[in-house]
Amino acid sequence: MTTAAPTPAVPLDDDASAGAVAPAFLWALARDLRIAFRSRAELGVQLMFYVIVVTLFPLATVPERTLLAALGPGVLWVAALLASLLSLPRLFAADFADGTLEQMALSPWALPGLVSGKIAAHWLTTGLPVALLAPLLGAQYALDGPALGTLTTTLLLGTPILSLLGAIGAALTLGARGGGSLLALLVLPLCVPVLIFGAGAVDAVHAGLGAGASLSFLGAGLLVAIVGAPFAAAAAVRIALE
Amino acid sequence: MLEVRDLAGERGLARLFAGIAFRLEPGRVLAVTGANGSGKTTLLRILAGLSSPAAGEVRFRGAPMAPFDPRLRAAVVFHGHLPALKDELTAVENLAALVALAGAQATTAELAAALDSVALTGRRMLQARVLSQGQRRRIGLARLAVLKKALWILDEPTTALDAEGTALLVRLLTAHLERGGCAVLATHQALPLPPERTASLTVAPRGS
Repeated sequence: MTTAAPTPAVPLDDDASAGAVAPAFLWALARDLRIAFRSRAELGVQLMFYVIVVTLFPLATVPERTLLAALGPGVLWVAALLASLLSLPRLFAADFADGTLEQMALSPWALPGLVSGKIAAHWLTTGLPVALLAPLLGAQYALDGPALGTLTTTLLLGTPILSLLGAIGAALTLGARGGGSLLALLVLPLCVPVLIFGAGAVDAVHAGLGAGASLSFLGAGLLVAIVGAPFAAAAAVRIALE
Repeated sequence: MLEVRDLAGERGLARLFAGIAFRLEPGRVLAVTGANGSGKTTLLRILAGLSSPAAGEVRFRGAPMAPFDPRLRAAVVFHGHLPALKDELTAVENLAALVALAGAQATTAELAAALDSVALTGRRMLQARVLSQGQRRRIGLARLAVLKKALWILDEPTTALDAEGTALLVRLLTAHLERGGCAVLATHQALPLPPERTASLTVAPRGS
Protein backbone atom coordinates (compact mmCIF):
# COMPACT_ATOMS: atom_id res chain seq x y z
CA MET A 1 0.00 0.00 0.00
CA THR A 2 2.88 2.34 0.73
CA THR A 3 4.74 1.50 -2.48
CA ALA A 4 4.73 5.06 -3.72
CA ALA A 5 4.44 5.14 -7.49
CA PRO A 6 6.80 7.62 -9.11
CA THR A 7 3.96 9.25 -11.01
CA PRO A 8 0.94 10.52 -9.12
CA ALA A 9 -2.14 8.41 -9.62
CA VAL A 10 -4.36 11.48 -9.64
CA PRO A 11 -5.32 12.33 -13.20
CA LEU A 12 -4.68 15.95 -14.00
CA ASP A 13 -6.73 18.34 -16.06
CA ASP A 14 -3.82 20.41 -17.21
CA ASP A 15 -3.90 19.79 -20.95
CA ALA A 16 -7.45 20.12 -22.28
CA SER A 17 -8.64 23.22 -20.50
CA ALA A 18 -5.44 25.22 -20.00
CA GLY A 19 -5.84 28.80 -21.13
CA ALA A 20 -9.14 28.13 -22.91
CA VAL A 21 -11.04 31.30 -23.80
CA ALA A 22 -14.37 30.22 -25.33
CA PRO A 23 -15.61 28.03 -22.44
CA ALA A 24 -14.44 30.70 -19.99
CA PHE A 25 -16.42 33.39 -21.82
CA LEU A 26 -19.55 31.24 -22.03
CA TRP A 27 -19.29 30.13 -18.40
CA ALA A 28 -19.11 33.69 -17.08
CA LEU A 29 -21.79 34.94 -19.45
CA ALA A 30 -24.27 32.17 -18.62
CA ARG A 31 -23.65 32.43 -14.89
CA ASP A 32 -24.01 36.20 -14.69
CA LEU A 33 -27.11 36.21 -16.90
CA ARG A 34 -28.71 33.56 -14.73
CA ILE A 35 -27.93 35.48 -11.55
CA ALA A 36 -29.20 38.71 -13.13
CA PHE A 37 -32.41 36.99 -14.17
CA ARG A 38 -32.97 35.66 -10.65
CA SER A 39 -32.49 39.15 -9.18
CA ARG A 40 -34.25 40.96 -12.00
CA ALA A 41 -35.95 43.49 -9.71
CA GLU A 42 -32.55 45.15 -9.41
CA LEU A 43 -32.25 45.41 -13.19
CA GLY A 44 -35.71 46.92 -13.38
CA VAL A 45 -34.69 49.60 -10.90
CA GLN A 46 -31.74 50.63 -13.08
CA LEU A 47 -33.86 50.77 -16.18
CA MET A 48 -36.52 52.80 -14.37
CA PHE A 49 -33.79 55.21 -13.24
CA TYR A 50 -32.82 55.72 -16.88
CA VAL A 51 -36.43 56.22 -18.00
CA ILE A 52 -37.15 58.69 -15.21
CA VAL A 53 -34.00 60.77 -15.72
CA VAL A 54 -34.72 61.05 -19.43
CA THR A 55 -38.34 61.97 -18.76
CA LEU A 56 -37.49 64.68 -16.22
CA PHE A 57 -35.78 66.97 -18.72
CA PRO A 58 -38.79 67.74 -20.95
CA LEU A 59 -40.80 68.38 -17.79
CA ALA A 60 -38.21 70.68 -16.26
CA THR A 61 -37.36 72.70 -19.37
CA VAL A 62 -39.42 74.65 -21.90
CA PRO A 63 -41.66 72.34 -23.96
CA GLU A 64 -40.40 73.73 -27.23
CA ARG A 65 -39.76 71.33 -30.12
CA THR A 66 -36.50 72.78 -31.44
CA LEU A 67 -34.96 73.13 -27.99
CA LEU A 68 -35.95 69.58 -27.00
CA ALA A 69 -34.68 68.15 -30.28
CA ALA A 70 -31.33 69.84 -29.63
CA LEU A 71 -31.21 68.59 -26.02
CA GLY A 72 -32.47 65.07 -26.63
CA PRO A 73 -29.43 63.13 -27.82
CA GLY A 74 -27.21 64.58 -25.12
CA VAL A 75 -29.70 63.83 -22.36
CA LEU A 76 -30.23 60.26 -23.52
CA TRP A 77 -26.49 59.68 -23.70
CA VAL A 78 -25.76 61.15 -20.26
CA ALA A 79 -28.60 59.10 -18.78
CA ALA A 80 -27.27 55.94 -20.46
CA LEU A 81 -23.84 56.68 -19.03
CA LEU A 82 -25.24 57.16 -15.53
CA ALA A 83 -27.37 54.01 -15.76
CA SER A 84 -24.31 52.02 -16.79
CA LEU A 85 -22.28 53.58 -13.98
CA LEU A 86 -24.98 52.73 -11.44
CA SER A 87 -24.55 49.02 -12.02
CA LEU A 88 -20.76 48.94 -12.50
CA PRO A 89 -19.69 48.64 -8.85
CA ARG A 90 -21.51 45.30 -8.69
CA LEU A 91 -19.70 43.90 -11.72
CA PHE A 92 -16.83 42.46 -9.67
CA ALA A 93 -17.60 43.48 -6.09
CA ALA A 94 -19.99 40.60 -5.32
CA ASP A 95 -17.63 38.02 -6.80
CA PHE A 96 -14.75 39.59 -4.89
CA ALA A 97 -16.65 39.46 -1.60
CA ASP A 98 -17.81 35.84 -1.87
CA GLY A 99 -14.55 34.38 -3.18
CA THR A 100 -15.70 33.62 -6.73
CA LEU A 101 -13.08 36.00 -8.11
CA GLU A 102 -10.35 34.02 -6.30
CA GLN A 103 -11.57 30.83 -7.91
CA MET A 104 -11.80 32.55 -11.30
CA ALA A 105 -8.21 33.75 -11.03
CA LEU A 106 -7.12 30.21 -10.11
CA SER A 107 -9.10 28.58 -12.91
CA PRO A 108 -7.06 26.93 -15.66
CA TRP A 109 -9.17 28.93 -18.10
CA ALA A 110 -7.94 32.32 -19.32
CA LEU A 111 -8.92 35.07 -16.89
CA PRO A 112 -9.45 37.67 -19.67
CA GLY A 113 -11.98 35.23 -21.18
CA LEU A 114 -13.89 35.04 -17.90
CA VAL A 115 -13.76 38.81 -17.52
CA SER A 116 -15.05 39.25 -21.11
CA GLY A 117 -18.01 37.01 -20.31
CA LYS A 118 -18.86 39.12 -17.28
CA ILE A 119 -18.60 42.32 -19.32
CA ALA A 120 -20.83 40.86 -22.04
CA ALA A 121 -23.43 39.93 -19.42
CA HIS A 122 -23.22 43.44 -17.97
CA TRP A 123 -23.86 44.96 -21.39
CA LEU A 124 -26.73 42.60 -22.19
CA THR A 125 -28.46 43.45 -18.92
CA THR A 126 -27.82 47.22 -18.83
CA GLY A 127 -26.52 48.66 -22.13
CA LEU A 128 -28.74 46.74 -24.52
CA PRO A 129 -32.08 47.55 -22.82
CA VAL A 130 -31.01 51.20 -22.61
CA ALA A 131 -30.28 51.28 -26.35
CA LEU A 132 -33.53 49.49 -27.21
CA LEU A 133 -35.60 51.92 -25.13
CA ALA A 134 -34.00 54.93 -26.82
CA PRO A 135 -36.44 55.22 -29.78
CA LEU A 136 -39.36 55.27 -27.36
CA LEU A 137 -37.82 57.81 -25.00
CA GLY A 138 -36.41 59.90 -27.83
CA ALA A 139 -39.94 60.51 -29.06
CA GLN A 140 -40.43 62.79 -26.05
CA TYR A 141 -37.78 65.07 -27.50
CA ALA A 142 -39.50 65.49 -30.86
CA LEU A 143 -36.68 63.65 -32.60
CA ASP A 144 -37.56 62.51 -36.13
CA GLY A 145 -37.09 59.05 -37.58
CA PRO A 146 -33.53 59.37 -38.94
CA ALA A 147 -32.34 61.04 -35.74
CA LEU A 148 -33.87 58.28 -33.60
CA GLY A 149 -32.28 55.65 -35.83
CA THR A 150 -28.87 57.27 -35.54
CA LEU A 151 -29.24 57.71 -31.78
CA THR A 152 -30.09 54.04 -31.30
CA THR A 153 -27.17 52.97 -33.49
CA THR A 154 -24.74 55.13 -31.53
CA LEU A 155 -26.06 53.70 -28.27
CA LEU A 156 -25.71 50.15 -29.61
CA LEU A 157 -22.09 50.90 -30.54
CA GLY A 158 -21.28 53.06 -27.56
CA THR A 159 -22.80 51.30 -24.53
CA PRO A 160 -20.49 48.26 -24.93
CA ILE A 161 -17.55 50.69 -24.74
CA LEU A 162 -18.98 52.02 -21.47
CA SER A 163 -19.21 48.47 -20.07
CA LEU A 164 -15.67 47.64 -21.22
CA LEU A 165 -14.06 50.83 -19.86
CA GLY A 166 -16.17 50.58 -16.73
CA ALA A 167 -14.93 47.06 -16.11
CA ILE A 168 -11.35 48.33 -15.89
CA GLY A 169 -12.45 50.94 -13.36
CA ALA A 170 -14.53 48.42 -11.41
CA ALA A 171 -11.57 46.04 -11.19
CA LEU A 172 -9.16 48.80 -10.19
CA THR A 173 -11.39 50.01 -7.36
CA LEU A 174 -11.97 46.52 -5.90
CA GLY A 175 -11.43 46.54 -2.17
CA ALA A 176 -11.06 50.34 -2.03
CA ARG A 177 -13.24 52.18 0.44
CA GLY A 178 -15.79 54.39 -1.31
CA GLY A 179 -15.11 52.36 -4.42
CA GLY A 180 -18.37 53.45 -6.04
CA SER A 181 -17.62 57.17 -6.12
CA LEU A 182 -13.97 56.55 -6.95
CA LEU A 183 -15.13 54.42 -9.84
CA ALA A 184 -17.26 57.29 -11.17
CA LEU A 185 -14.32 59.69 -10.97
CA LEU A 186 -12.13 57.20 -12.79
CA VAL A 187 -14.52 56.14 -15.53
CA LEU A 188 -16.48 59.30 -16.37
CA PRO A 189 -13.54 61.22 -17.91
CA LEU A 190 -12.66 58.18 -20.03
CA CYS A 191 -16.20 58.12 -21.39
CA VAL A 192 -16.09 61.70 -22.66
CA PRO A 193 -15.03 60.77 -26.23
CA VAL A 194 -17.81 58.17 -26.42
CA LEU A 195 -20.30 60.79 -25.30
CA ILE A 196 -19.04 63.37 -27.82
CA PHE A 197 -19.20 61.04 -30.80
CA GLY A 198 -22.43 59.41 -29.62
CA ALA A 199 -24.42 62.61 -29.16
CA GLY A 200 -22.54 64.35 -32.00
CA ALA A 201 -23.69 61.82 -34.56
CA VAL A 202 -27.31 62.92 -34.17
CA ASP A 203 -26.33 66.60 -34.50
CA ALA A 204 -24.44 65.74 -37.66
CA VAL A 205 -27.59 64.12 -39.10
CA HIS A 206 -29.57 67.26 -38.20
CA ALA A 207 -26.97 69.39 -39.93
CA GLY A 208 -27.23 67.20 -43.01
CA LEU A 209 -23.63 65.94 -42.71
CA GLY A 210 -24.42 62.29 -42.16
CA ALA A 211 -23.36 60.27 -39.13
CA GLY A 212 -20.70 58.18 -40.88
CA ALA A 213 -17.65 59.76 -39.30
CA SER A 214 -18.98 59.60 -35.74
CA LEU A 215 -20.17 56.02 -36.17
CA SER A 216 -16.77 55.03 -37.57
CA PHE A 217 -15.04 56.55 -34.54
CA LEU A 218 -17.40 54.73 -32.18
CA GLY A 219 -16.88 51.46 -34.05
CA ALA A 220 -13.12 51.85 -33.95
CA GLY A 221 -13.27 52.70 -30.26
CA LEU A 222 -15.39 49.62 -29.63
CA LEU A 223 -12.90 47.35 -31.41
CA VAL A 224 -9.97 48.79 -29.45
CA ALA A 225 -11.90 48.41 -26.19
CA ILE A 226 -12.89 44.79 -26.98
CA VAL A 227 -9.27 43.89 -27.63
CA GLY A 228 -7.71 45.81 -24.77
CA ALA A 229 -10.14 46.17 -21.89
CA PRO A 230 -10.51 42.50 -20.84
CA PHE A 231 -6.74 42.17 -20.47
CA ALA A 232 -6.47 45.38 -18.47
CA ALA A 233 -9.41 44.40 -16.25
CA ALA A 234 -7.98 40.89 -15.72
CA ALA A 235 -4.63 42.37 -14.70
CA ALA A 236 -6.41 44.70 -12.28
CA VAL A 237 -8.35 41.76 -10.80
CA ARG A 238 -5.12 39.89 -10.12
CA ILE A 239 -3.62 42.94 -8.44
CA ALA A 240 -6.73 43.27 -6.27
CA LEU A 241 -6.43 39.62 -5.16
CA GLU A 242 -2.75 39.75 -4.26
CA MET B 1 5.70 17.67 -5.79
CA LEU B 2 5.76 20.96 -3.90
CA GLU B 3 8.95 22.46 -2.60
CA VAL B 4 9.44 25.70 -0.75
CA ARG B 5 12.75 27.39 -0.01
CA ASP B 6 13.44 30.20 2.42
CA LEU B 7 9.95 31.60 2.01
CA ALA B 8 8.98 34.89 3.65
CA GLY B 9 5.55 36.45 3.68
CA GLU B 10 4.26 39.91 4.35
CA ARG B 11 0.85 41.35 4.92
CA GLY B 12 0.75 45.06 4.33
CA LEU B 13 4.09 46.26 5.64
CA ALA B 14 4.42 43.66 8.38
CA ARG B 15 6.76 40.71 7.87
CA LEU B 16 4.78 37.72 9.14
CA PHE B 17 7.18 34.83 8.72
CA ALA B 18 10.53 34.09 7.12
CA GLY B 19 12.74 31.14 6.41
CA ILE B 20 9.94 28.64 5.73
CA ALA B 21 11.24 25.58 3.91
CA PHE B 22 9.65 22.20 3.25
CA ARG B 23 9.24 19.52 0.63
CA LEU B 24 5.96 17.77 0.04
CA GLU B 25 5.95 14.42 -1.76
CA PRO B 26 2.89 12.86 -3.45
CA GLY B 27 0.63 11.19 -0.94
CA ARG B 28 1.63 13.51 1.90
CA VAL B 29 -0.15 16.27 3.75
CA LEU B 30 1.41 19.22 5.51
CA ALA B 31 -0.54 20.45 8.52
CA VAL B 32 0.21 24.12 9.14
CA THR B 33 -0.46 25.42 12.63
CA GLY B 34 0.13 28.78 14.22
CA ALA B 35 -1.55 31.43 16.31
CA ASN B 36 -4.18 33.79 14.90
CA GLY B 37 -2.48 36.35 12.71
CA SER B 38 0.72 34.33 12.39
CA GLY B 39 0.38 34.19 8.61
CA LYS B 40 -1.13 30.77 7.87
CA THR B 41 -3.57 32.18 5.33
CA THR B 42 -0.82 34.32 3.77
CA LEU B 43 1.38 31.23 3.41
CA LEU B 44 -1.43 29.22 1.86
CA ARG B 45 -2.29 31.99 -0.59
CA ILE B 46 1.35 32.11 -1.68
CA LEU B 47 1.38 28.32 -2.16
CA ALA B 48 -1.85 28.48 -4.19
CA GLY B 49 -0.32 31.13 -6.44
CA LEU B 50 -2.64 33.93 -5.32
CA SER B 51 0.05 36.11 -3.75
CA SER B 52 3.74 36.62 -4.28
CA PRO B 53 6.18 35.88 -1.47
CA ALA B 54 8.31 38.64 0.04
CA ALA B 55 11.33 36.38 -0.40
CA GLY B 56 12.15 32.82 -1.36
CA GLU B 57 10.57 30.61 -3.96
CA VAL B 58 7.86 28.02 -4.48
CA ARG B 59 8.68 25.13 -6.81
CA PHE B 60 5.99 22.86 -8.17
CA ARG B 61 7.10 19.65 -9.93
CA GLY B 62 10.59 21.08 -10.05
CA ALA B 63 9.74 24.37 -11.74
CA PRO B 64 9.72 27.73 -9.95
CA MET B 65 6.24 29.22 -9.80
CA ALA B 66 5.14 32.82 -10.17
CA PRO B 67 1.66 33.79 -8.97
CA PHE B 68 -1.10 32.54 -11.30
CA ASP B 69 1.26 30.19 -13.14
CA PRO B 70 -0.85 28.09 -15.55
CA ARG B 71 0.85 24.83 -14.47
CA LEU B 72 -0.10 25.52 -10.87
CA ARG B 73 -3.63 26.64 -11.79
CA ALA B 74 -4.17 23.36 -13.62
CA ALA B 75 -3.27 21.27 -10.58
CA VAL B 76 -4.32 23.22 -7.51
CA VAL B 77 -7.63 23.46 -5.75
CA PHE B 78 -7.87 26.27 -3.21
CA HIS B 79 -10.46 25.82 -0.49
CA GLY B 80 -10.33 29.00 1.54
CA HIS B 81 -12.46 30.99 3.94
CA LEU B 82 -14.72 32.25 1.17
CA PRO B 83 -17.15 29.67 -0.20
CA ALA B 84 -17.53 31.22 -3.71
CA LEU B 85 -21.25 30.42 -3.63
CA LYS B 86 -23.96 32.52 -5.20
CA ASP B 87 -27.09 33.03 -3.12
CA GLU B 88 -29.24 33.16 -6.25
CA LEU B 89 -28.15 29.71 -7.49
CA THR B 90 -29.18 26.34 -6.12
CA ALA B 91 -26.75 23.99 -4.41
CA VAL B 92 -26.33 21.83 -7.49
CA GLU B 93 -25.97 24.85 -9.82
CA ASN B 94 -23.29 26.28 -7.56
CA LEU B 95 -21.42 22.99 -7.50
CA ALA B 96 -21.70 22.53 -11.27
CA ALA B 97 -20.43 26.07 -11.88
CA LEU B 98 -17.44 25.67 -9.56
CA VAL B 99 -16.51 22.29 -11.03
CA ALA B 100 -16.67 23.68 -14.58
CA LEU B 101 -14.64 26.72 -13.55
CA ALA B 102 -11.89 24.42 -12.31
CA GLY B 103 -11.71 23.00 -15.83
CA ALA B 104 -13.25 19.66 -14.90
CA GLN B 105 -16.22 17.87 -16.39
CA ALA B 106 -18.83 16.11 -14.32
CA THR B 107 -22.14 14.57 -15.28
CA THR B 108 -25.36 15.47 -13.51
CA ALA B 109 -25.28 12.07 -11.83
CA GLU B 110 -21.76 12.64 -10.53
CA LEU B 111 -22.73 16.02 -9.12
CA ALA B 112 -25.82 14.55 -7.47
CA ALA B 113 -23.72 11.73 -6.02
CA ALA B 114 -21.20 14.23 -4.66
CA LEU B 115 -23.97 16.20 -2.93
CA ASP B 116 -25.38 12.93 -1.58
CA SER B 117 -21.97 12.07 -0.17
CA VAL B 118 -21.90 15.30 1.85
CA ALA B 119 -25.45 14.69 3.12
CA LEU B 120 -27.09 17.44 1.07
CA THR B 121 -29.43 15.09 -0.78
CA GLY B 122 -32.63 16.92 0.06
CA ARG B 123 -31.05 20.36 -0.41
CA ARG B 124 -29.91 20.05 -4.02
CA MET B 125 -32.57 22.32 -5.48
CA LEU B 126 -32.54 24.89 -2.68
CA GLN B 127 -31.00 28.29 -3.31
CA ALA B 128 -27.75 28.75 -1.45
CA ARG B 129 -29.24 31.68 0.49
CA VAL B 130 -31.33 29.33 2.61
CA LEU B 131 -28.49 26.95 3.45
CA SER B 132 -26.71 27.13 6.80
CA GLN B 133 -23.00 27.97 7.07
CA GLY B 134 -22.15 24.32 7.59
CA GLN B 135 -24.22 23.24 4.60
CA ARG B 136 -22.48 25.87 2.47
CA ARG B 137 -19.12 24.50 3.56
CA ARG B 138 -20.31 21.03 2.60
CA ILE B 139 -20.82 22.19 -0.99
CA GLY B 140 -17.11 23.05 -0.89
CA LEU B 141 -16.37 19.50 0.29
CA ALA B 142 -18.45 18.11 -2.56
CA ARG B 143 -16.31 20.17 -4.92
CA LEU B 144 -13.16 18.60 -3.48
CA ALA B 145 -14.68 15.17 -4.01
CA VAL B 146 -15.54 15.79 -7.67
CA LEU B 147 -12.36 17.57 -8.77
CA LYS B 148 -9.37 15.39 -9.51
CA LYS B 149 -6.62 17.83 -8.73
CA ALA B 150 -3.18 16.92 -7.44
CA LEU B 151 -2.67 19.62 -4.84
CA TRP B 152 -5.26 20.65 -2.28
CA ILE B 153 -4.75 23.88 -0.34
CA LEU B 154 -7.20 23.87 2.54
CA ASP B 155 -7.50 26.95 4.75
CA GLU B 156 -9.37 26.15 7.99
CA PRO B 157 -11.56 23.55 6.26
CA THR B 158 -13.27 22.55 9.49
CA THR B 159 -14.81 26.00 10.06
CA ALA B 160 -18.58 25.70 10.64
CA LEU B 161 -18.50 21.92 10.08
CA ASP B 162 -20.07 19.58 12.62
CA ALA B 163 -18.41 16.37 13.83
CA GLU B 164 -19.88 14.40 10.94
CA GLY B 165 -18.70 17.00 8.44
CA THR B 166 -15.20 16.93 9.88
CA ALA B 167 -15.14 13.12 9.65
CA LEU B 168 -16.22 13.45 6.04
CA LEU B 169 -13.38 15.88 5.36
CA VAL B 170 -10.89 13.45 6.89
CA ARG B 171 -12.24 10.62 4.71
CA LEU B 172 -11.96 12.74 1.56
CA LEU B 173 -8.47 13.88 2.44
CA THR B 174 -7.26 10.38 3.27
CA ALA B 175 -8.63 9.03 -0.02
CA HIS B 176 -6.92 11.90 -1.85
CA LEU B 177 -3.57 11.07 -0.23
CA GLU B 178 -3.95 7.38 -1.03
CA ARG B 179 -4.44 8.26 -4.69
CA GLY B 180 -1.10 10.07 -4.63
CA GLY B 181 -2.40 13.59 -4.24
CA CYS B 182 -0.94 15.99 -1.73
CA ALA B 183 -2.36 18.68 0.46
CA VAL B 184 -1.46 21.63 2.62
CA LEU B 185 -3.86 22.19 5.46
CA ALA B 186 -4.09 25.07 7.91
CA THR B 187 -6.01 24.16 11.00
CA HIS B 188 -6.44 24.82 14.69
CA GLN B 189 -8.00 21.45 15.24
CA ALA B 190 -5.92 18.27 15.20
CA LEU B 191 -7.48 16.02 12.55
CA PRO B 192 -7.15 12.24 12.73
CA LEU B 193 -5.04 11.90 9.57
CA PRO B 194 -2.76 8.92 8.88
CA PRO B 195 0.39 9.82 10.85
CA GLU B 196 2.78 8.26 8.33
CA ARG B 197 1.49 10.65 5.68
CA THR B 198 1.37 13.78 7.80
CA ALA B 199 4.07 16.36 8.37
CA SER B 200 3.57 19.47 10.40
CA LEU B 201 4.80 23.01 10.25
CA THR B 202 4.31 25.80 12.74
CA VAL B 203 4.23 29.32 11.42
CA ALA B 204 5.68 31.72 13.93
CA PRO B 205 7.12 35.19 13.60
CA ARG B 206 10.87 35.31 13.57
CA GLY B 207 12.83 38.23 14.95
CA SER B 208 13.23 40.81 12.23
